[in-house]
Amino acid sequence: MSRKILIPLYGHEVAPRFDLASEAAIVSADDDGTWEKKIVVLAQVSAEKLCHMILTKDVDTVICGGIEDQYYQYLNWKRIRVYDSVIGSWKQGVEQLLKNKLYPGAIIGQQGEN
Amino acid sequence: MDDHFPHLISGLFDHPVAAEAILEEIPTALILLDARRRIRYMNRAASALTGYGPQEAKNIACHNIVRTQAYLKDSPVSKIAPDSGPVCVQSDLINRERLRIDVRITMIGLFDPPGRCLGYVDAIEDLRGSAQPKAQMQPAFGFAGMIGKSPDMENIFRTLPLIAGNDSPVLITGETGTGKDRAARAIHENSGRARGPFVKINCGALPETLLESELFGHCKGAFPGAAENRQGRFRLAHNGTLYLAEIGDMPLALQARLLNLLDNNTVYPMGGTRGFQVDVRVIAGDHRNLEQMAEQSAFRKDMLFRLNMVRLHLPPLRQRGDDIGLLTDHFLHQFSTAFGKDIREPAPEALDLLNTYSYPGNVRELRNIIKYAVNVCRQHQIEPRDLPAYLSSNIEPAAGRMEHDTRTRQEPPPGTVSGSFQPTAEGAATWAETEKQMIIEALVRTGGRRNKAAALLGWGRSTLWRKIKQYQIQ
Repeated sequence: MSRKILIPLYGHEVAPRFDLASEAAIVSADDDGTWEKKIVVLAQVSAEKLCHMILTKDVDTVICGGIEDQYYQYLNWKRIRVYDSVIGSWKQGVEQLLKNKLYPGAIIGQQGEN
Repeated sequence: MDDHFPHLISGLFDHPVAAEAILEEIPTALILLDARRRIRYMNRAASALTGYGPQEAKNIACHNIVRTQAYLKDSPVSKIAPDSGPVCVQSDLINRERLRIDVRITMIGLFDPPGRCLGYVDAIEDLRGSAQPKAQMQPAFGFAGMIGKSPDMENIFRTLPLIAGNDSPVLITGETGTGKDRAARAIHENSGRARGPFVKINCGALPETLLESELFGHCKGAFPGAAENRQGRFRLAHNGTLYLAEIGDMPLALQARLLNLLDNNTVYPMGGTRGFQVDVRVIAGDHRNLEQMAEQSAFRKDMLFRLNMVRLHLPPLRQRGDDIGLLTDHFLHQFSTAFGKDIREPAPEALDLLNTYSYPGNVRELRNIIKYAVNVCRQHQIEPRDLPAYLSSNIEPAAGRMEHDTRTRQEPPPGTVSGSFQPTAEGAATWAETEKQMIIEALVRTGGRRNKAAALLGWGRSTLWRKIKQYQIQ
Protein backbone atom coordinates (compact mmCIF):
# COMPACT_ATOMS: atom_id res chain seq x y z
CA MET A 1 0.00 0.00 0.00
CA SER A 2 1.51 3.37 -1.00
CA ARG A 3 1.69 6.27 1.46
CA LYS A 4 1.54 9.99 1.05
CA ILE A 5 3.53 11.99 3.59
CA LEU A 6 3.68 15.74 4.07
CA ILE A 7 6.57 17.44 5.88
CA PRO A 8 6.61 21.22 6.49
CA LEU A 9 10.18 22.37 5.77
CA TYR A 10 12.71 24.81 7.18
CA GLY A 11 15.69 24.41 4.84
CA HIS A 12 16.76 20.77 5.07
CA GLU A 13 15.05 20.29 8.40
CA VAL A 14 11.56 19.50 9.53
CA ALA A 15 10.11 22.97 10.20
CA PRO A 16 10.14 23.75 13.92
CA ARG A 17 6.66 25.29 13.58
CA PHE A 18 3.84 23.73 11.53
CA ASP A 19 2.06 27.09 11.24
CA LEU A 20 5.10 29.04 10.03
CA ALA A 21 6.44 26.77 7.30
CA SER A 22 6.72 28.47 3.92
CA GLU A 23 7.35 25.26 2.01
CA ALA A 24 6.50 21.59 2.37
CA ALA A 25 7.64 18.29 0.92
CA ILE A 26 5.00 15.87 -0.28
CA VAL A 27 6.44 12.37 -0.43
CA SER A 28 4.81 9.43 -2.23
CA ALA A 29 6.26 6.18 -0.92
CA ASP A 30 5.74 2.66 -2.24
CA ASP A 31 5.63 -0.57 -0.30
CA ASP A 32 9.09 -1.55 -1.48
CA GLY A 33 10.59 1.45 0.37
CA THR A 34 11.18 3.66 -2.67
CA TRP A 35 9.85 7.20 -2.54
CA GLU A 36 9.71 10.37 -4.55
CA LYS A 37 9.30 13.92 -3.38
CA LYS A 38 7.66 17.10 -4.56
CA ILE A 39 8.51 20.42 -2.90
CA VAL A 40 5.60 22.82 -2.69
CA VAL A 41 6.11 26.51 -1.94
CA LEU A 42 3.17 27.78 0.04
CA ALA A 43 1.53 30.98 -1.09
CA GLN A 44 0.63 31.88 2.46
CA VAL A 45 2.09 30.85 5.80
CA SER A 46 -0.83 29.48 7.75
CA ALA A 47 -1.78 26.37 9.68
CA GLU A 48 -5.28 26.43 8.14
CA LYS A 49 -3.93 26.50 4.59
CA LEU A 50 -1.55 23.66 5.38
CA CYS A 51 -4.39 21.56 6.84
CA HIS A 52 -6.43 22.27 3.73
CA MET A 53 -3.57 21.15 1.52
CA ILE A 54 -3.11 17.98 3.58
CA LEU A 55 -6.75 17.08 3.04
CA THR A 56 -6.95 18.00 -0.63
CA LYS A 57 -3.72 16.15 -1.51
CA ASP A 58 -4.92 12.99 0.25
CA VAL A 59 -1.97 12.96 2.62
CA ASP A 60 -2.17 10.19 5.24
CA THR A 61 0.88 11.02 7.38
CA VAL A 62 2.37 14.32 8.57
CA ILE A 63 5.86 14.72 10.02
CA CYS A 64 6.21 18.09 11.71
CA GLY A 65 7.79 20.03 14.57
CA GLY A 66 5.66 22.08 16.96
CA ILE A 67 1.97 22.08 16.14
CA GLU A 68 -0.86 23.64 18.11
CA ASP A 69 -3.19 21.17 19.76
CA GLN A 70 -6.28 22.26 17.82
CA TYR A 71 -4.63 21.44 14.46
CA TYR A 72 -3.19 18.20 15.83
CA GLN A 73 -6.62 17.09 17.02
CA TYR A 74 -8.24 18.17 13.77
CA LEU A 75 -5.82 16.14 11.65
CA ASN A 76 -6.25 13.13 13.94
CA TRP A 77 -10.00 13.47 13.60
CA LYS A 78 -9.53 13.40 9.83
CA ARG A 79 -7.64 10.09 10.33
CA ILE A 80 -4.27 11.57 9.45
CA ARG A 81 -1.34 10.22 11.46
CA VAL A 82 0.74 13.09 12.88
CA TYR A 83 4.31 12.64 14.10
CA ASP A 84 4.92 15.95 15.85
CA SER A 85 7.87 17.50 17.69
CA VAL A 86 10.23 15.79 15.27
CA ILE A 87 13.62 17.51 15.13
CA GLY A 88 16.20 17.03 12.39
CA SER A 89 16.66 16.24 8.69
CA TRP A 90 13.35 15.72 6.92
CA LYS A 91 14.80 13.12 4.55
CA GLN A 92 16.07 11.02 7.45
CA GLY A 93 12.66 11.47 9.03
CA VAL A 94 11.01 9.91 5.96
CA GLU A 95 13.55 7.06 5.96
CA GLN A 96 12.86 6.34 9.61
CA LEU A 97 9.13 6.45 9.04
CA LEU A 98 9.34 3.95 6.22
CA LYS A 99 11.39 1.67 8.49
CA ASN A 100 8.73 2.11 11.21
CA LYS A 101 11.33 3.68 13.47
CA LEU A 102 9.91 7.18 13.67
CA TYR A 103 8.04 8.33 16.76
CA PRO A 104 6.64 11.69 17.95
CA GLY A 105 9.38 13.78 19.55
CA ALA A 106 12.17 11.97 17.67
CA ILE A 107 15.49 13.79 17.36
CA ILE A 108 17.10 12.63 14.14
CA GLY A 109 20.80 12.78 13.27
CA GLN A 110 22.53 16.09 12.65
CA GLN A 111 20.10 18.92 13.02
CA GLY A 112 20.13 22.65 13.16
CA GLU A 113 22.15 23.17 9.96
CA ASN A 114 20.46 25.34 7.39
CA MET B 1 25.72 21.28 32.37
CA ASP B 2 27.45 18.06 33.14
CA ASP B 3 26.65 16.85 36.65
CA HIS B 4 30.08 15.29 37.07
CA PHE B 5 31.96 18.43 36.13
CA PRO B 6 29.89 21.31 37.44
CA HIS B 7 30.67 24.69 35.87
CA LEU B 8 31.89 27.21 38.37
CA ILE B 9 31.49 30.94 38.72
CA SER B 10 34.66 32.34 40.23
CA GLY B 11 35.75 35.80 41.23
CA LEU B 12 32.40 36.86 42.70
CA PHE B 13 32.56 35.17 46.09
CA ASP B 14 35.31 33.91 48.39
CA HIS B 15 35.16 30.50 46.74
CA PRO B 16 33.94 29.43 43.30
CA VAL B 17 30.22 28.59 43.21
CA ALA B 18 28.49 26.07 40.94
CA ALA B 19 26.70 28.03 38.22
CA GLU B 20 23.82 25.60 38.32
CA ALA B 21 23.15 26.43 41.97
CA ILE B 22 22.52 30.04 40.95
CA LEU B 23 20.72 29.53 37.65
CA GLU B 24 18.57 26.51 38.39
CA GLU B 25 16.14 28.14 40.84
CA ILE B 26 15.67 31.43 39.00
CA PRO B 27 11.95 31.56 38.14
CA THR B 28 12.59 33.02 34.66
CA ALA B 29 13.43 30.56 31.90
CA LEU B 30 17.16 30.86 31.14
CA ILE B 31 18.93 29.20 28.25
CA LEU B 32 22.67 29.41 27.56
CA LEU B 33 23.64 29.00 23.91
CA ASP B 34 27.02 28.54 22.27
CA ALA B 35 28.19 30.74 19.41
CA ARG B 36 26.42 28.42 16.91
CA ARG B 37 23.15 28.90 18.81
CA ARG B 38 23.07 25.38 20.18
CA ILE B 39 21.77 24.88 23.67
CA ARG B 40 24.44 24.33 26.31
CA TYR B 41 22.24 24.65 29.39
CA MET B 42 18.66 25.40 30.32
CA ASN B 43 17.29 25.87 33.82
CA ARG B 44 14.23 24.28 35.36
CA ALA B 45 11.89 27.11 34.35
CA ALA B 46 13.03 26.77 30.73
CA SER B 47 12.37 23.02 30.86
CA ALA B 48 8.89 23.64 32.22
CA LEU B 49 8.16 26.22 29.53
CA THR B 50 9.44 24.29 26.51
CA GLY B 51 8.68 20.76 27.69
CA TYR B 52 12.24 19.59 26.98
CA GLY B 53 14.64 18.40 29.68
CA PRO B 54 18.13 19.90 29.80
CA GLN B 55 19.81 16.69 28.64
CA GLU B 56 17.38 16.23 25.73
CA ALA B 57 17.89 19.81 24.58
CA LYS B 58 21.66 19.85 24.95
CA ASN B 59 23.51 20.62 21.67
CA ILE B 60 20.25 21.06 19.77
CA ALA B 61 19.74 24.24 17.74
CA CYS B 62 17.76 26.69 19.82
CA HIS B 63 14.98 27.24 17.27
CA ASN B 64 14.01 23.57 17.55
CA ILE B 65 13.49 23.81 21.30
CA VAL B 66 12.29 27.40 21.74
CA ARG B 67 9.93 27.28 18.79
CA THR B 68 9.15 30.95 18.39
CA GLN B 69 8.22 32.98 15.38
CA ALA B 70 10.93 35.50 16.17
CA TYR B 71 13.73 32.95 15.90
CA LEU B 72 12.58 31.63 12.58
CA LYS B 73 11.78 34.77 10.68
CA ASP B 74 14.20 37.31 12.04
CA SER B 75 16.48 35.89 14.65
CA PRO B 76 17.21 38.43 17.39
CA VAL B 77 20.66 36.86 17.65
CA SER B 78 21.64 38.39 14.34
CA LYS B 79 21.12 41.87 15.79
CA ILE B 80 23.49 41.38 18.67
CA ALA B 81 26.92 43.01 18.46
CA PRO B 82 29.53 43.62 21.18
CA ASP B 83 28.44 47.28 21.40
CA SER B 84 24.72 46.69 21.41
CA GLY B 85 22.74 45.97 24.51
CA PRO B 86 20.41 43.04 24.98
CA VAL B 87 17.79 42.43 22.30
CA CYS B 88 14.17 41.95 23.36
CA VAL B 89 11.35 40.60 21.25
CA GLN B 90 7.80 39.67 22.08
CA SER B 91 6.61 36.56 20.33
CA ASP B 92 4.97 33.21 20.96
CA LEU B 93 6.25 29.66 21.17
CA ILE B 94 4.63 26.28 20.77
CA ASN B 95 5.86 23.90 23.42
CA ARG B 96 5.99 20.15 23.48
CA GLU B 97 2.48 19.98 24.99
CA ARG B 98 1.24 21.75 21.80
CA LEU B 99 0.40 24.91 23.72
CA ARG B 100 0.95 28.31 22.15
CA ILE B 101 2.42 30.62 24.79
CA ASP B 102 3.07 34.36 24.49
CA VAL B 103 6.61 35.11 25.58
CA ARG B 104 9.08 37.92 25.77
CA ILE B 105 12.63 36.92 24.92
CA THR B 106 15.66 38.90 26.05
CA MET B 107 18.89 37.81 24.46
CA ILE B 108 22.30 38.91 25.66
CA GLY B 109 25.47 38.30 23.67
CA LEU B 110 28.61 37.12 25.49
CA PHE B 111 31.80 38.43 23.94
CA ASP B 112 35.46 38.12 24.88
CA PRO B 113 37.60 41.29 25.14
CA PRO B 114 38.58 41.30 21.42
CA GLY B 115 34.84 41.14 20.56
CA ARG B 116 34.57 37.48 19.54
CA CYS B 117 31.20 35.93 20.26
CA LEU B 118 31.36 33.21 22.89
CA GLY B 119 27.66 32.51 23.18
CA TYR B 120 24.33 33.91 24.28
CA VAL B 121 22.11 34.05 27.33
CA ASP B 122 18.45 33.82 26.52
CA ALA B 123 15.85 34.81 29.14
CA ILE B 124 12.25 33.92 28.29
CA GLU B 125 9.35 35.44 30.20
CA ASP B 126 6.01 33.69 30.10
CA LEU B 127 3.40 36.42 29.48
CA ARG B 128 0.34 34.28 30.14
CA GLY B 129 -0.08 35.49 33.71
CA SER B 130 0.32 39.17 32.98
CA ALA B 131 -1.95 39.62 29.97
CA GLN B 132 -5.29 38.58 31.42
CA PRO B 133 -5.61 40.74 34.56
CA LYS B 134 -4.61 43.77 32.49
CA ALA B 135 -7.62 43.28 30.23
CA GLN B 136 -9.88 42.86 33.23
CA MET B 137 -8.62 46.08 34.80
CA GLN B 138 -9.85 48.29 31.95
CA PRO B 139 -12.55 50.67 33.20
CA ALA B 140 -15.94 50.66 31.50
CA PHE B 141 -15.36 53.99 29.77
CA GLY B 142 -11.70 54.26 29.08
CA PHE B 143 -8.41 52.81 28.08
CA ALA B 144 -5.24 52.40 30.12
CA GLY B 145 -6.16 55.05 32.69
CA MET B 146 -7.72 57.48 30.21
CA ILE B 147 -11.41 58.06 30.78
CA GLY B 148 -14.14 59.26 28.45
CA LYS B 149 -17.19 58.28 26.49
CA SER B 150 -17.45 61.14 24.01
CA PRO B 151 -17.25 60.10 20.34
CA ASP B 152 -13.79 61.66 19.99
CA MET B 153 -12.44 59.75 22.96
CA GLU B 154 -14.09 56.50 21.93
CA ASN B 155 -12.38 56.90 18.58
CA ILE B 156 -9.06 57.42 20.37
CA PHE B 157 -9.62 54.35 22.56
CA ARG B 158 -10.24 52.34 19.40
CA THR B 159 -7.13 53.75 17.74
CA LEU B 160 -4.70 53.45 20.66
CA PRO B 161 -4.35 49.64 20.56
CA LEU B 162 -3.69 49.82 16.82
CA ILE B 163 -1.01 52.46 17.35
CA ALA B 164 0.46 50.41 20.19
CA GLY B 165 0.55 47.36 17.94
CA ASN B 166 2.99 48.83 15.42
CA ASP B 167 6.42 50.25 16.08
CA SER B 168 6.29 53.57 14.23
CA PRO B 169 7.13 56.91 15.79
CA VAL B 170 4.04 58.67 17.15
CA LEU B 171 3.25 62.36 17.42
CA ILE B 172 0.71 63.25 20.11
CA THR B 173 -0.80 66.70 19.96
CA GLY B 174 -3.37 68.44 22.09
CA GLU B 175 -3.67 71.34 24.51
CA THR B 176 -1.96 71.23 27.85
CA GLY B 177 -3.67 68.94 30.35
CA THR B 178 -5.42 66.79 27.73
CA GLY B 179 -3.45 63.68 28.67
CA LYS B 180 -0.56 63.48 26.19
CA ASP B 181 1.76 61.88 28.75
CA ARG B 182 -0.88 59.37 29.71
CA ALA B 183 -1.56 58.52 26.07
CA ALA B 184 2.18 57.98 25.49
CA ARG B 185 2.34 55.65 28.47
CA ALA B 186 -0.81 53.83 27.31
CA ILE B 187 0.79 53.22 23.92
CA HIS B 188 3.93 51.90 25.60
CA GLU B 189 2.05 49.68 28.04
CA ASN B 190 -0.02 48.09 25.31
CA SER B 191 2.84 47.57 22.92
CA GLY B 192 5.30 44.74 22.58
CA ARG B 193 7.75 46.89 24.51
CA ALA B 194 5.60 47.00 27.64
CA ARG B 195 8.13 45.08 29.73
CA GLY B 196 10.89 47.40 28.56
CA PRO B 197 11.59 50.84 30.00
CA PHE B 198 9.41 53.91 29.43
CA VAL B 199 11.66 56.94 29.58
CA LYS B 200 10.34 60.48 29.45
CA ILE B 201 12.27 63.66 28.83
CA ASN B 202 10.89 67.18 28.64
CA CYS B 203 12.74 68.94 25.85
CA GLY B 204 11.68 72.33 27.13
CA ALA B 205 13.02 71.87 30.63
CA LEU B 206 16.73 71.79 29.85
CA PRO B 207 19.19 74.09 28.08
CA GLU B 208 20.58 72.85 24.76
CA THR B 209 23.89 71.36 25.93
CA LEU B 210 22.31 69.64 28.90
CA LEU B 211 19.51 68.28 26.74
CA GLU B 212 22.03 66.89 24.26
CA SER B 213 23.90 65.15 27.06
CA GLU B 214 20.65 63.88 28.58
CA LEU B 215 19.45 62.46 25.28
CA PHE B 216 22.59 61.04 23.75
CA GLY B 217 24.89 60.67 26.76
CA HIS B 218 28.48 61.81 26.99
CA CYS B 219 31.96 60.41 27.37
CA LYS B 220 34.22 61.26 30.25
CA GLY B 221 35.96 64.58 29.56
CA ALA B 222 33.61 65.57 26.71
CA PHE B 223 33.06 68.95 28.36
CA PRO B 224 34.05 70.61 31.63
CA GLY B 225 32.28 68.75 34.41
CA ALA B 226 31.85 65.49 32.48
CA ALA B 227 33.67 63.47 35.11
CA GLU B 228 32.22 60.12 34.08
CA ASN B 229 30.65 58.39 31.12
CA ARG B 230 26.91 58.85 30.98
CA GLN B 231 24.57 56.68 28.97
CA GLY B 232 21.82 59.13 27.99
CA ARG B 233 18.09 58.59 27.77
CA PHE B 234 18.19 56.87 24.41
CA ARG B 235 20.36 54.08 25.74
CA LEU B 236 18.30 53.90 28.93
CA ALA B 237 15.22 53.40 26.77
CA HIS B 238 16.81 50.54 24.79
CA ASN B 239 14.15 47.93 23.99
CA GLY B 240 11.51 50.33 25.30
CA THR B 241 9.94 53.67 24.51
CA LEU B 242 11.31 57.21 24.73
CA TYR B 243 8.74 59.97 25.16
CA LEU B 244 9.94 63.40 24.08
CA ALA B 245 7.58 65.89 25.69
CA GLU B 246 7.46 69.43 24.27
CA ILE B 247 9.41 68.37 21.19
CA GLY B 248 8.85 71.85 19.73
CA ASP B 249 11.27 73.23 22.30
CA MET B 250 14.10 71.09 20.97
CA PRO B 251 16.79 73.25 19.35
CA LEU B 252 17.17 72.81 15.57
CA ALA B 253 20.72 71.49 15.83
CA LEU B 254 19.59 68.77 18.20
CA GLN B 255 16.68 67.95 15.92
CA ALA B 256 19.20 67.17 13.17
CA ARG B 257 21.05 64.77 15.49
CA LEU B 258 17.79 63.16 16.54
CA LEU B 259 16.77 62.73 12.93
CA ASN B 260 20.07 61.03 12.18
CA LEU B 261 19.54 58.72 15.14
CA LEU B 262 16.02 57.82 14.06
CA ASP B 263 17.34 56.92 10.62
CA ASN B 264 20.17 54.61 11.65
CA ASN B 265 19.27 53.68 15.25
CA THR B 266 22.78 54.49 16.44
CA VAL B 267 23.58 56.78 19.37
CA TYR B 268 26.85 58.68 19.36
CA PRO B 269 27.46 60.10 22.83
CA MET B 270 28.94 63.60 23.11
CA GLY B 271 32.71 63.46 22.83
CA GLY B 272 32.69 59.88 21.59
CA THR B 273 33.28 58.38 18.17
CA ARG B 274 31.91 54.91 18.85
CA GLY B 275 28.21 54.50 18.22
CA PHE B 276 25.81 52.26 20.11
CA GLN B 277 22.95 50.46 18.43
CA VAL B 278 19.63 51.10 20.14
CA ASP B 279 16.15 49.79 19.57
CA VAL B 280 13.85 52.54 20.81
CA ARG B 281 10.36 53.60 19.84
CA VAL B 282 10.03 57.35 19.88
CA ILE B 283 6.84 59.10 20.90
CA ALA B 284 6.81 62.90 20.73
CA GLY B 285 4.29 65.27 22.22
CA ASP B 286 3.61 68.98 21.97
CA HIS B 287 0.74 71.35 22.65
CA ARG B 288 1.65 73.75 19.86
CA ASN B 289 0.95 73.70 16.15
CA LEU B 290 4.11 72.07 14.82
CA GLU B 291 3.10 72.62 11.18
CA GLN B 292 2.92 76.33 11.83
CA MET B 293 6.25 76.22 13.63
CA ALA B 294 7.76 74.35 10.67
CA GLU B 295 6.44 77.04 8.32
CA GLN B 296 8.13 79.66 10.50
CA SER B 297 11.36 77.61 10.47
CA ALA B 298 11.13 77.11 14.21
CA PHE B 299 10.82 73.35 13.76
CA ARG B 300 12.44 71.12 11.15
CA LYS B 301 10.04 70.02 8.45
CA ASP B 302 11.81 66.70 7.92
CA MET B 303 11.52 65.99 11.64
CA LEU B 304 7.82 66.73 11.45
CA PHE B 305 7.40 64.35 8.51
CA ARG B 306 9.39 61.69 10.36
CA LEU B 307 7.31 61.97 13.54
CA ASN B 308 4.01 62.53 11.80
CA MET B 309 3.85 58.93 10.61
CA VAL B 310 1.23 58.19 13.24
CA ARG B 311 -0.57 61.14 14.79
CA LEU B 312 -2.88 61.23 17.73
CA HIS B 313 -4.75 64.42 18.57
CA LEU B 314 -6.35 64.67 21.99
CA PRO B 315 -9.42 66.94 22.06
CA PRO B 316 -9.75 69.69 24.67
CA LEU B 317 -12.10 68.94 27.55
CA ARG B 318 -14.57 71.67 26.51
CA GLN B 319 -15.27 69.67 23.33
CA ARG B 320 -15.80 66.38 25.14
CA GLY B 321 -19.40 66.91 26.26
CA ASP B 322 -20.50 64.40 28.90
CA ASP B 323 -16.93 63.50 29.75
CA ILE B 324 -16.87 66.37 32.27
CA GLY B 325 -19.47 64.58 34.40
CA LEU B 326 -17.72 61.25 34.00
CA LEU B 327 -14.35 62.69 34.95
CA THR B 328 -15.88 64.61 37.85
CA ASP B 329 -17.29 61.37 39.27
CA HIS B 330 -13.98 59.63 38.74
CA PHE B 331 -11.88 62.30 40.47
CA LEU B 332 -14.48 62.71 43.22
CA HIS B 333 -14.29 59.03 44.02
CA GLN B 334 -10.49 59.06 43.77
CA PHE B 335 -9.93 62.00 46.12
CA SER B 336 -12.74 61.11 48.54
CA THR B 337 -11.08 57.73 49.03
CA ALA B 338 -7.61 59.26 49.28
CA PHE B 339 -8.64 61.92 51.83
CA GLY B 340 -10.92 59.58 53.80
CA LYS B 341 -14.06 61.63 53.13
CA ASP B 342 -17.55 60.48 52.33
CA ILE B 343 -18.45 62.73 49.42
CA ARG B 344 -20.80 61.02 47.02
CA GLU B 345 -21.63 63.50 44.29
CA PRO B 346 -21.67 67.16 43.35
CA ALA B 347 -24.92 69.08 43.96
CA PRO B 348 -26.82 69.89 40.72
CA GLU B 349 -25.84 73.59 40.96
CA ALA B 350 -22.18 72.67 41.38
CA LEU B 351 -22.43 70.28 38.44
CA ASP B 352 -23.94 73.07 36.33
CA LEU B 353 -21.00 75.29 37.17
CA LEU B 354 -18.56 72.53 36.29
CA ASN B 355 -20.33 71.81 33.02
CA THR B 356 -20.37 75.44 31.87
CA TYR B 357 -16.73 76.25 32.60
CA SER B 358 -14.33 76.28 29.62
CA TYR B 359 -11.38 74.40 31.19
CA PRO B 360 -8.39 76.02 29.51
CA GLY B 361 -6.25 73.67 31.60
CA ASN B 362 -8.35 70.70 30.47
CA VAL B 363 -8.45 67.44 32.46
CA ARG B 364 -5.57 68.52 34.69
CA GLU B 365 -7.51 71.64 35.67
CA LEU B 366 -10.71 69.70 36.34
CA ARG B 367 -8.71 67.27 38.47
CA ASN B 368 -7.29 70.14 40.52
CA ILE B 369 -10.71 71.75 40.90
CA ILE B 370 -12.17 68.51 42.26
CA LYS B 371 -9.17 67.98 44.51
CA TYR B 372 -9.65 71.44 45.93
CA ALA B 373 -13.39 70.92 46.33
CA VAL B 374 -12.93 67.60 48.15
CA ASN B 375 -10.43 69.28 50.43
CA VAL B 376 -12.72 72.12 51.47
CA CYS B 377 -16.06 70.27 51.37
CA ARG B 378 -17.59 69.57 54.81
CA GLN B 379 -20.81 67.89 53.64
CA HIS B 380 -21.55 64.77 51.66
CA GLN B 381 -22.16 66.80 48.51
CA ILE B 382 -19.96 69.28 46.69
CA GLU B 383 -21.75 72.64 46.78
CA PRO B 384 -20.95 75.65 44.55
CA ARG B 385 -19.27 77.31 47.55
CA ASP B 386 -16.77 74.42 47.65
CA LEU B 387 -15.62 75.13 44.12
CA PRO B 388 -12.99 77.76 43.29
CA ALA B 389 -14.64 81.16 43.08
CA TYR B 390 -13.56 81.85 39.49
CA LEU B 391 -16.00 79.21 38.28
CA SER B 392 -19.01 81.17 39.52
CA SER B 393 -17.63 84.66 38.88
CA ASN B 394 -16.91 83.62 35.30
CA ILE B 395 -13.39 84.99 35.43
CA GLU B 396 -10.87 82.71 33.79
CA PRO B 397 -7.80 82.03 35.88
CA ALA B 398 -4.47 83.14 34.54
CA ALA B 399 -3.76 79.58 33.46
CA GLY B 400 -6.75 79.84 31.17
CA ARG B 401 -5.28 82.63 29.17
CA MET B 402 -1.89 81.12 28.78
CA GLU B 403 -2.81 78.09 26.75
CA HIS B 404 -3.42 79.07 23.21
CA ASP B 405 -0.61 78.13 20.94
CA THR B 406 2.18 80.58 20.93
CA ARG B 407 5.85 80.17 20.39
CA THR B 408 6.88 83.31 22.16
CA ARG B 409 5.75 82.94 25.70
CA GLN B 410 4.68 86.15 27.28
CA GLU B 411 2.72 84.23 29.88
CA PRO B 412 3.87 81.68 32.43
CA PRO B 413 4.77 78.19 31.26
CA PRO B 414 1.97 75.62 31.35
CA GLY B 415 1.28 73.88 34.59
CA THR B 416 2.67 76.60 36.80
CA VAL B 417 -0.69 77.28 38.34
CA SER B 418 -3.46 74.94 39.25
CA GLY B 419 -7.07 75.66 38.57
CA SER B 420 -7.85 75.53 42.25
CA PHE B 421 -7.34 79.16 43.02
CA GLN B 422 -8.81 82.41 41.86
CA PRO B 423 -6.55 85.32 41.13
CA THR B 424 -8.82 88.10 42.33
CA ALA B 425 -6.50 90.95 41.51
CA GLU B 426 -8.47 92.35 38.66
CA GLY B 427 -6.54 94.50 36.29
CA ALA B 428 -3.22 93.20 37.51
CA ALA B 429 -0.73 94.46 34.98
CA THR B 430 1.60 91.50 34.80
CA TRP B 431 1.62 87.84 35.55
CA ALA B 432 4.15 88.43 38.32
CA GLU B 433 1.74 90.77 40.10
CA THR B 434 -1.12 88.31 39.69
CA GLU B 435 0.99 85.47 41.02
CA LYS B 436 2.17 87.54 43.96
CA GLN B 437 -1.41 88.45 44.77
CA MET B 438 -2.42 84.79 44.58
CA ILE B 439 0.33 83.81 47.02
CA ILE B 440 -0.65 86.53 49.46
CA GLU B 441 -4.31 85.52 49.33
CA ALA B 442 -3.43 81.87 49.80
CA LEU B 443 -1.30 82.71 52.82
CA VAL B 444 -4.06 84.86 54.28
CA ARG B 445 -6.62 82.16 53.70
CA THR B 446 -4.48 79.49 55.34
CA GLY B 447 -3.45 81.67 58.27
CA GLY B 448 0.14 81.86 57.08
CA ARG B 449 0.63 78.10 56.96
CA ARG B 450 2.90 77.55 53.97
CA ASN B 451 2.21 73.84 53.57
CA LYS B 452 -1.50 74.47 53.21
CA ALA B 453 -0.99 77.51 51.02
CA ALA B 454 1.22 75.48 48.68
CA ALA B 455 -1.43 72.75 48.50
CA LEU B 456 -4.11 75.36 47.81
CA LEU B 457 -2.06 76.77 44.96
CA GLY B 458 -1.30 73.32 43.64
CA TRP B 459 2.45 73.82 44.07
CA GLY B 460 5.15 72.02 45.94
CA ARG B 461 6.31 73.56 49.21
CA SER B 462 9.69 74.44 47.75
CA THR B 463 8.08 76.19 44.75
CA LEU B 464 6.06 78.36 47.10
CA TRP B 465 9.13 79.09 49.19
CA ARG B 466 11.10 80.08 46.08
CA LYS B 467 8.34 82.35 44.83
CA ILE B 468 7.89 83.97 48.25
CA LYS B 469 11.59 84.82 48.14
CA GLN B 470 11.33 85.96 44.52
CA TYR B 471 8.45 88.35 45.22
CA GLN B 472 9.89 89.34 48.60
CA ILE B 473 6.67 88.56 50.42
CA GLN B 474 7.03 89.07 54.15
